Formats: sequence, structure tokens, C-alpha cells
Amino acid sequence: MSDITKQSLSELVENIKGKKLSSSEVTKAFVERSEKSKELNAYITEDYANALNKAKKFDEKPNLDLKLPGIPMAVKDLFCTKDLRTTAGSKILNNFVPTYESTVTQNIWNEGAILMGKLNCDEFAMGSSNETSFFGNVQNPIDKNLVPGGSSGGSSSAVAAQLTPITIGTDTGGSIRQPASFTGTVGLKPTYGSCSRYGIVAFASSLDQAGPMAQNVKDCALLQEVISTYDEKDSTSIDFKRNEYSKELTKDIKGKKIGIPKEYRVDGMPKEIEDLWKKGIEYAKDCGAEIIDISLPHTNYALPTYYIVAPAEASSNLARYDGVKYGFRAEGENLIDMYEKTRSEGFGAEVQRRIMIGTYVLSSGYYDAYYLKAQKVRKLIKNDFDDAYEKVDAILTPSTPSSAFKIGEKTNDPVSMYLNDIFTVPVNLAGLPGISIPAGHDAKGYPLGLQIIGKAFDEQNILNIAYAMEEKINFKKNVTDWWIK
Amino acid sequence: MSKNKSEYLINRHDNQYEVVIGLEVHAQVTSESKLFSTSATKFGAEPNTQVSLVDAAFPGMLPVINGYCVKQAIKTGIGLKAKINKRSVFDRKNYFYADLPQGYQISQFKDPIVGEGKVILDMPDGQKEVGIERLHLEQDAGKSIHDLDPKNTFVDLNRSGVALMEIVSKPDLRSPDEVNAYIKKLRSIMRYLGTCDGNMQEGSLRADVNVSVRKKGSKEFGTRCEIKNVNSIKFMQMAIEYEANRQVDLIEDGQTIDQETRLFDTKKNETRSMRSKEDAHDYRYFPDPDLLPLEVSDDFIENLKSEIPELPDEKKKRFIEKFKLSPYEANILVSDIETSNYFENVIKKSDVKLATNWIIGELFAALNEKNLEITESPISAGNLSKLINLIKDGTISGKIAKIVFEQMMEGDKDPQKIVEEKGLKQESDPKALEALIDKVIDDNRDKATEYKSGKVKLFGFFVGQVMKVSGGKANPQLVNEILKKKL
Repeated sequence: MSDITKQSLSELVENIKGKKLSSSEVTKAFVERSEKSKELNAYITEDYANALNKAKKFDEKPNLDLKLPGIPMAVKDLFCTKDLRTTAGSKILNNFVPTYESTVTQNIWNEGAILMGKLNCDEFAMGSSNETSFFGNVQNPIDKNLVPGGSSGGSSSAVAAQLTPITIGTDTGGSIRQPASFTGTVGLKPTYGSCSRYGIVAFASSLDQAGPMAQNVKDCALLQEVISTYDEKDSTSIDFKRNEYSKELTKDIKGKKIGIPKEYRVDGMPKEIEDLWKKGIEYAKDCGAEIIDISLPHTNYALPTYYIVAPAEASSNLARYDGVKYGFRAEGENLIDMYEKTRSEGFGAEVQRRIMIGTYVLSSGYYDAYYLKAQKVRKLIKNDFDDAYEKVDAILTPSTPSSAFKIGEKTNDPVSMYLNDIFTVPVNLAGLPGISIPAGHDAKGYPLGLQIIGKAFDEQNILNIAYAMEEKINFKKNVTDWWIK
Repeated sequence: MSKNKSEYLINRHDNQYEVVIGLEVHAQVTSESKLFSTSATKFGAEPNTQVSLVDAAFPGMLPVINGYCVKQAIKTGIGLKAKINKRSVFDRKNYFYADLPQGYQISQFKDPIVGEGKVILDMPDGQKEVGIERLHLEQDAGKSIHDLDPKNTFVDLNRSGVALMEIVSKPDLRSPDEVNAYIKKLRSIMRYLGTCDGNMQEGSLRADVNVSVRKKGSKEFGTRCEIKNVNSIKFMQMAIEYEANRQVDLIEDGQTIDQETRLFDTKKNETRSMRSKEDAHDYRYFPDPDLLPLEVSDDFIENLKSEIPELPDEKKKRFIEKFKLSPYEANILVSDIETSNYFENVIKKSDVKLATNWIIGELFAALNEKNLEITESPISAGNLSKLINLIKDGTISGKIAKIVFEQMMEGDKDPQKIVEEKGLKQESDPKALEALIDKVIDDNRDKATEYKSGKVKLFGFFVGQVMKVSGGKANPQLVNEILKKKL
């Protein structure tokens, strides 16, 4: 087994189960590659020594019935991990070590996986390029000085660069699917209520969902099967029958009706994206799917709605970071002064911007005009999808309006940055599952993704469509290891 | 408007002012655990020993509603004859304070769990209905302790997240006495229901008091001031009196009243401004996205209704109709559940009239003197019942009964035994009494002669002498009869 890190999750699981590889061998390979890849800045906190120890312990008494036997894995630093620093990419949690474990990561460890470290992300998951992280930019392995997308940029970079066989991210407005698209990887945002939010540092509670990020659709299905559980500790967790997604995965999607929403042909969309979408439609047809034109009339309002709802919730969710109980504290003359200094110094510019937007839209006198109206529009957006799903089984769109951009390119233009999420945001607002799969390259050779949106709780269906299309697309990964000297 | 003699008015020059009061009562829900976490709620625990990760608002922690607290709130709503809302919503009330770990309080703003209801007050000149605007569930904050250190504030989060019911009255109260009656009635109802222990010393019941004044006869409300967080009925009454007079003075002086939040200084007996309307917090209420709207079914509510015990108003009615008590007696006996339970236990096996008198009279006085609650009474209901039966069947006189009662107060002894041990049994043997009476007449020959010559008032003297000689044990009725014959 010369190059362990080139293997997919499914291959690694098979090899460990077949005793062709030990957990120690696998873990060592990924740790070594991670150590050689510091330039990507994918990790915030490394836990390699512990990982190697755990792998050794696993090998002493291997339980090969588990779904992720001895598989090393790094996770987004938004998941609280017991005894390992959890920062949410923020200075304000720079020194925070949880005494508890998030439900999603606990589910992963319960299936035998081993934590390697915590992956970089935009501060409190607020960003589309990983540039808002207190711990610095993350490099996209596709090209130097290219953003890996965000907010799960450390996760997308680590998967694309094979620093971890698979990972998890969180997606509030596209934070799994957009970075997956930017790095040529697969990312699934599950139905709202599918994965527990317990122990995940909250950004916008009504939108946040954890999900898998993987090399391929099959791996993605396997991890989704592990992380999705009903959890009484999260009041918005939904108790529905969850499939064994990887076992029930099939490429047979003959007769599936796939909708093409005309409103996603946005002004100024690059021709490359338009072409990719057309190609996607052809691939879907090749797989036996039926293509149907549909309308999602309120799509235009999704982004403004999102940028009211998400900051509103965030402004309240982030109130707990006040320097009183844990995390960073700046000394002050009195309580108010301490609050002001702690939060001015502890939060970065983008987080402060969103707290201010959120505070504004909830203020008395503005609440009805902004927050309440946004909630009404959100309902209309959800109704659009409900209507569409009367006619179709899934919806196909581009994942992003462009390929990855250069670090610094959009830093001073937040609105242009926000436009990145134009195709992903409606899915969060409607609480639906969506998956991004790599589908081609632009002229610069940067990956482009297609998004398949499903009905609520219908992850199996979009995984199947993605699985079938993945074979037809036959995406060629072009990562050159440029950062390894 | 009804005119009654107990009307509370403030007179200044030629003007009469009426006081308008509304209360926001914060009642701690009786529950083992907090509103959104499993932490304990015991009063008086060591600081920060009843705090979960949720209560301390650690990253990623989520609230999960405590179903028991929901039931308690609905039961209270039923007790207040209120509308139960099948759908209610938890909102976040956002503000920063060191003892508010989340940076927001989870409360119910637009859609409370309980809607309009009412409370009936028994005032000296008749009944008065006070409207309930709403009841909602919310979290309590922690406690900031400022006096342990000159520079630092200490925070105790034991109370953080404890379930409170905020019960908002309509501005229907008109005097400190009505406020007293209202709080007592509310407390009584909740104690009957077991939904709040009403312990004001422990802070289980406290209130924000809204006060305004207006010229008598005016239909318009005046500008109100809210006096925050008053934790005893006495202080509420004092605060209202001070505040109403302050407002009247301002009006009489041609000034206007600012709508503001005020604090009551219990040491100086005055209210003072805490913050004006302009400085009022903008709480940025919005539905808590961590919690789904709370929905309860008709069945759920009906089931709770079947668990509701007989409440004070109904009990009072029954006591009057069945036991022929006066409304005054009934009111006293139903005022709290323990008293009414005690009463009902006593009368299981003894005379109602005597029991009523003994409980309201002797027992209450004795308990008061010793500063005891009825639940702490040294005399059990069973033994009081026995004592009453001893009076009723003539074994002892009322006077002796008082002696026995005093002994019983020293420790819950069987009155029968006390009577036997101390030889207090009433003397009802006519022969023995005759001998006694003969001796008294013999010893007071001169007075007997006076009596016979028309000084009938002296009869009482002879009764007294006989009782004295008998050590109080002589049956007074027989003594009367025999004396009449002998004299």
C-alpha cells in the first residue's frame, strides 16, 4: 500500500476490515501528510500524538464491525470536542477547551473513527472564503493563493489535499457546498433536523446543519449515515426514519424527474457556469432522468432574506461571548467597558458587521420591516420548493456562480462575497437537503460544482442522483501537491 | 363606579385622586429541575452547584423544554380561570448582564401559554374581580453579588434558568389593601395547585408594581411608573403609597409624570428613578430558533383539568353551604390549603361549629404567638378533634378545655390523657355538686341573705365561688340549676 492517503474512505474501511491495513498505518500516513502540508493552514489545532495513540489502541483490540474502524479524521473547528480546544475560528474562543462532545462527532467516534485535529474555518462560520478566520487564510490545494471557499474552508482544503480521508463541515448558507465546489470535492448539506446541532458552536440556529465532505458520493453517503441521528438534546432534531444511505445507494435513477429552475439563470452569470449546467442536464438525461423546467419565483429574494435572518440569529447567539464565563476577556474599567473591549478585540470585522446588521434588523421600529418580512419571504421561498416538488423529485442547479477566487480578491467587497451563496442559500432557508458534486473545470482549470436539491428527508434520492451523475461526469481531479516541498 | 366606604383616595387641596395599580408577579414554578435544563432548583444550595452547561450558556448548548413546567403553567392558568393557548412561542429577550449567561432570557412575548383570566378578591365590603392579562413562562437570571468584594462582582448561577411564571394583572387594583388581597389570593391558588410555593422570603414570589394616579371619576389612565422587583406584600403596599403620593404631588405642582422604571428603597421608604423611558432597553425580542413553538392538545389540557383540586373559591362555597359557616369564617379557613386541610381533618370526627371557633380562635392565636405555620402546629388535627369531642360530650368545660389546649401546645398530647392525668374531668355528679354548693352558701351566709332580699346580681358571685372551689371542674350548667334551687 504505497499511497494510503490517495485511497477513498470506502477503500480504507475495506482495507482495514480486510486487515490489509491497520489503523496505525492509515493514521500515520494522514498525520505525515498533514504535517507536510502546513502551508495550506488547514488545521487550527493538531492532535496527532493522541490520534496515533488511539490508532495503536484500536489496533490492539480492533472492532471491525464498526462503520469507520480506526479511520483518522480531522473535523471543522465549529464542533465541540471534549478536551480538545474548540475555537470556531475566533480569537474570542482561542483558549476554549470544551468538557463535552458534540452529538455529531460523538456519533463518528462511536463508529470507530479517530480525531486528528480541528480544521480551519471562517470565524463563527461567517464567510465564503475562510478569510475571516482569526487563524489565517487557508490555501486551496487546487492553486496557490486561491481561496478554498467557506466557511468550511479548512475542511474542503483538507479533503481535497487528502490530509483527512473525509470530514464534516457545517452549512448555514452554503458553507459545505460552496467550498466543496471550489475544491472539486463532494459536500452534503442534510435536511434541517437531520443532524443534531448539540455541541456545534451556533451561527444561525434555524439554518445551521452539519454534513459530510468527501472525495466521492459513496463516502459522503457512509458518513451521513453515521452522523444523522435523532437527538433529544436538540429540540429541532427530527425523529424520522433514517436510511442506511451507503447500503441503499444506487445508480439507477431512471425516470427520476429533475427540475431546472429558470430563476437560477442570474444576471451576469459566467458562460462557463451556464455551460456546466447544460452539461449537467445532459448527464442527468444520460442517467435516464427526465428533465422538467420549473419555476422558483421568489429566488431573487433569498439572499436578502438570508442576510436578515442569519445575522439576526447570530447577533443573539453570539451574545454569550462576553468575557464573563470563558474564552477571551479584555480587562475594562467596569462591566460595560469590559464587554466592549472584549467583543471589539475578540470578534473580527465580519462577525462584528453581522452582529450589527442582526442587532439593527431586530431593533424596535425595524423588526417588522426587516425580520418579520424576511420570515414571511422565507415561507414563500419554502412554498416555491413545495410547489416544485409536486412536479419533480429533485432540482439541479450550479453550486456557485463562479469558480474559486484569489485570496484578497473580495475582502473589501462584502456584497460580492455574499453573492457567492446565491444558489445555496435558498436551500437552507427552505430546510432542504442539497449536495454539491464536482462536475467540471473552468478555463483556469479550477473545479466547478453542480448542486442537487432534494425534498426534505430525501437524502437518499439526491445521493443516488449524485452517485449516478458522478460516474457519467468522471471528474478528473488535478491537485498537484504544489505546497509540498 | 361603585361607592364604598373603604375606597382608597388621596386628597390634595380640593382634589381627590384614585390610584390605579397593575402587577406583574413572578412566581417560581415548583419543579425539581429548571425550565430548559436538568439542573436542580433547591433553594439555598452552595453557589454555582446547580448549574449545567446549558445554564451557563456554553458554546453549542441547546435548551430543551421541561414538560413538567409546562404542565404547572397550564394548571395555574386553569386555576386562574384563564384561556389556555394551545400554541405558544418562546422568544429571546436580549440584553447583556453578568448574571445572564446567554445574553438573552428565554421568555414568551407575543404568544404566551396562558391568556386572559380572573381572580376574585374578598374585600370587607364585598367581592372584587381582578382581570388577568396573561401568564407566560420564562427563565430566571442568576444572581449578582456586589458586596463580597470591593472591586469584583460575584455571580451565582444556581437560579439561572429556573422556571418562572410571569402573571400579569390588568390595571384593576385600586388600593394597597387590594394588592395585599390579590397577592394572597394568587399565592393561595398556586399553593392549592402545587405550582408555586409562594415563599416570598426565598424569592419564589416577587412583583413589579405599575402605579398611576388619576382624578377621581376620570376614565383616562395617568402615566404609570413601574416599581421593579418588590419582594414582600408590605413593601409593595409601602411602595404604592409612596409612589401614588409622589405622583399626586407632581400633578398638584403642575408637573408631568415621566414614564419610567423605579426602584423601591426599603430603608428610606421611597421609590427612585432607575431608568427613564428613553433609556429603556430595546430587548429585540424574536422567536427562539432553538425551540419549536410549544403546542399542546385539547386532551393534554383536559387531563390536567382532571388533576386540579378543589380551589379556594369552590371550597369556600362548599364550606358555607354544607357546614353553614359564615363567609368570614369560610374565607379564613380556605385562605391556604394547609389550613383548609387541617380544618377538614378536624371535622371528620368532631363538631363543625366548635372546630371552626377553636381553629380560628384559640389555635390561630396560639400559633401566631409562637410564630408557627399551621403545618408546624404542635396540636395535630386528630387531637384537636378529640379535645372538641371532650367539650361536646360534657367531659370538660370550655374553660378547662383551654387549660388542656395550653398543655397540648407544649407537645402533641392526647387531650383525654391530659384530662385523666391532671384530674380535669368535669364534675357532673349532682350530689357532689350539691355538697359543694351547700358549703359555699354556708360560708357566705350574709351574701345569700342579700340575694334573697333582691340583690339578684349576686348570683354570678356564687357561680364563681362554686367554680373556684371546684377548681373549675364543676359542670357550669348543673351549678346554675342547683344554685337557683338552693338559693
